[in-house]
Amino acid sequence: MTISSAARAPRKSVAFKSPRLPRWRSPLHGSDLGWAIAFVVPYAVLFAAFVIYPMAYGLWMGSDPALYTALLADPRYLRAAINTIAFVGLAVNGQMVLALLLSGFFARRRWWIKALLIVYVLPWALPAVPAYLSFHWMLVAYPQGLIDNLITALFGFEGPFWFNHGWLALGCDIVADVWKWMPLWTLIFLGGRMAIPQDLYDAADVDGASPFRRFAHITLPLLAGLYVVSTLIATIWSFGDYAPVLFISAGTPAFESEVVSTLGFHYALDFANPELGVAAGLSVMPLLIPVVILLILRLKAVEVQL
Amino acid sequence: MSTAAAALEPDLRARVRRRRFLVEAGSLVLGAAILIWSLVPVYNMFLVALDPGGHNEFSYEIWPSQPTLGVFADLWNADDEDVRDIWPAFGNSIYIGVMVMAFTVLIASLASFAVGRMRLAKDWSLSGVALLTYAIPASTLIIPFLRIMHIYGLTDNLWAVIAAEVTFATPYAILVLQHYAKLIPSELDDAARIDGASAMQVYLRIYMPLMAPALAAVGTYALLFAWNDYFYQYMLLLSEKHTTVAMALEQFFDDDDAPWNYMMAIAILYSLPPIAIFYGLRRFMASGLTLGGVRG
Repeated sequence: MTISSAARAPRKSVAFKSPRLPRWRSPLHGSDLGWAIAFVVPYAVLFAAFVIYPMAYGLWMGSDPALYTALLADPRYLRAAINTIAFVGLAVNGQMVLALLLSGFFARRRWWIKALLIVYVLPWALPAVPAYLSFHWMLVAYPQGLIDNLITALFGFEGPFWFNHGWLALGCDIVADVWKWMPLWTLIFLGGRMAIPQDLYDAADVDGASPFRRFAHITLPLLAGLYVVSTLIATIWSFGDYAPVLFISAGTPAFESEVVSTLGFHYALDFANPELGVAAGLSVMPLLIPVVILLILRLKAVEVQL
Repeated sequence: MSTAAAALEPDLRARVRRRRFLVEAGSLVLGAAILIWSLVPVYNMFLVALDPGGHNEFSYEIWPSQPTLGVFADLWNADDEDVRDIWPAFGNSIYIGVMVMAFTVLIASLASFAVGRMRLAKDWSLSGVALLTYAIPASTLIIPFLRIMHIYGLTDNLWAVIAAEVTFATPYAILVLQHYAKLIPSELDDAARIDGASAMQVYLRIYMPLMAPALAAVGTYALLFAWNDYFYQYMLLLSEKHTTVAMALEQFFDDDDAPWNYMMAIAILYSLPPIAIFYGLRRFMASGLTLGGVRG
């Protein structure tokens, strides 16, 4: 902040008019304005046709207050709402914290760590449906599932029925979600770490700083902005993520591990009540919209800073 | 003083050596844990696919005693009624994935060029508007989408899925492109402008080549997005000839009598294209993934 504002100050004081360089400064005019508008038109059309219209339609579908009283009267919905908060909170924070710590591990310069990174990003490149189906088959009960077989082989007792208990089933979905998305954030944090000037760490070494203090006083403050933006994006994505619940626990037992988005599907498809399904999805908006606004403000602040 | 230092030295050296050993041992243990964590579900896919039992006859073990690649040969010959339609489904999935990739890159790069480089508006206004896409969960918007695609005449049309997936992939693409574009000095644009280049030429000759790492990252992201999706395909595509692989996998999942080794074999084949593209472009896009680096 201080550096960039210092760099900015002299530019402002040099207020002479540059001899008409054909720079793109707003306001654009003439053919440039035409080009710029033509370049934005595809996205504007896409946005109007596939964001504004469906959103308006969705809000209209879910506008009847009776839908929400029906939701609140449904214990399945209440459980799904709590599950959604648990899923988003645990999966997002879990993958973010682990990714931040592991990015430090992967920043070490060893050939075998570089090779390991190639394997480590595999879950991210693996499509969701096959990956989560594999999780499902790994966790089905003894004697079929690999995990329970491993538990029996290693410890001699039978593993639990993973999908027989709501919280256990949801926990499996959360672990799978962390497994799938942690590599992406690790790569992003790794990129962030690589951009930190090495002199800062050298100076800390001269001062005799411990690894923990180097992390707490150099890495953490410099990655904080990236961490916040990444966490906000991950939170937004997680609210709409149905795949782990749909393919791993499938909501078992008896709707106890559903999240709001999968329960919305059941309302819309199995119970032939699309309005209620939309209302279930819209009910997370009070949580989701502040996150979106925070992200937009954060990006705006970053731009001012740059 | 000097004798004291000399006496301390072996002790200190031993301590440093011990600490270094502990760090190395610790990272090896961590590395092994990461390897197992990353690969167990992948291993499980092969375990199921290579199981000779076939239709519902499980011989689940930790290590396959009689692994067979027969299931892949069966898929190739498509002599089983369960898998006869899988190759057209692959065609549909690839078509959707490639189109989502191309259109996300094209639309996002054009918009972020106009706003970020030509300064049609403030940078954050574009990403801000784009991020509003996420204000309602994508999984909820599918229900109004279904009706709107009907109004647009895109019922049971692959382009309905392409449009929906491009819609949800583009905001993040714009975010990444705008951050990366800040690394490219605007003087390059100015120089080209002085030489009389039109906006289109600057976009094609300067912006696109210099943005290549970010475009690779965004394209891979869009492809993975299309490959990860299941529900938009399931909801918007109705007829059998428009079935995608993700939908076919889900049908296996729903059907208690389905041959699970075929399902996992298809799952493995379905995983190959994004993995190939991801690792092919990995070096290229590493710098495109940084999301603005530390300056955030």
